[in-house]
Amino acid sequence: MKTLHRTIVIATAAILFGGASSSIAVANPARDDIIKSFATQAEMPFSAERGKALFEAKPGGGKPETPSCTTCHGTSPLKAGQTRAGKLIEPMAVSKTSGRFTELKKVRKWFRRNCKSVMGRECTPQEKGDFLTYMSSK
Amino acid sequence: MFHIYKLPILAAALFLLATSVSVADERYSPIKDELVSKECGACHMAFQPEMLPKRSWKKIVGNLSDHFGEVVSLDAMTKEHIASYLQDNAADSGWWGGKFMRGIKNHMTPLRITETPHWIREHKGEVPSQLWSSPKVKSKANCIACHRRANRGDYDDD
Repeated sequence: MKTLHRTIVIATAAILFGGASSSIAVANPARDDIIKSFATQAEMPFSAERGKALFEAKPGGGKPETPSCTTCHGTSPLKAGQTRAGKLIEPMAVSKTSGRFTELKKVRKWFRRNCKSVMGRECTPQEKGDFLTYMSSK
Repeated sequence: MFHIYKLPILAAALFLLATSVSVADERYSPIKDELVSKECGACHMAFQPEMLPKRSWKKIVGNLSDHFGEVVSLDAMTKEHIASYLQDNAADSGWWGGKFMRGIKNHMTPLRITETPHWIREHKGEVPSQLWSSPKVKSKANCIACHRRANRGDYDDD
């Protein structure tokens, strides 16, 4: 009984501390898998700097209302953004929004929509990986 | 047996009833469908279906490739599900037409809630025009900027 009790205490502590640290650190198996799935189709290793440049770029070719990712997401991934309809967008940085980029279907959907919106084309696996690497480092 | 001294009590009761009715004036059923909340609430607040007639929702869901200038991609099943929910709970879904049906003629199919006679009447003269373009509001679709409980269907805070 005592051992069981101790196990429960340790497990609870692990969950609590694990949960607390995951809001600061990056690791999330589902997210890692998503980034890995893009890595197999990319030419070079992912880079947070390239991701940052992509996030801040104004590449042209997309819709005039959305010249850059930052138009809606704001210039800092650590802060909330706002859609054109005025709805709040939770920060992109995984340190701020821990559930970010953990569901492949959702990641695909929003890359598809927003890359077209900003660049007028789909993003390459390289660009997607760089972007996610940047947001995971934040 | 009616006593005259009961009159003030009766009057007070009637007054309370009247004010409580007028206070709970702008309440709409919150969206109870998770898929509808999620998909319709990604870019803008998920608007309560009671705010447009069935025919409007049908037209909106039928034209998602140009959704007010945006492309919305939903798989066929999701689309069907959302279309049914919106129409089943539309302004004219009950036996008695909802508030948002007022002033909508039979030949009218409004696509924006902000173009319905009821919405216009409720906001007319009450909201200074520069407020709509303030960065915090940004768009007339941003109900929650002023109605803090709008996502729960509660617009009584005006």
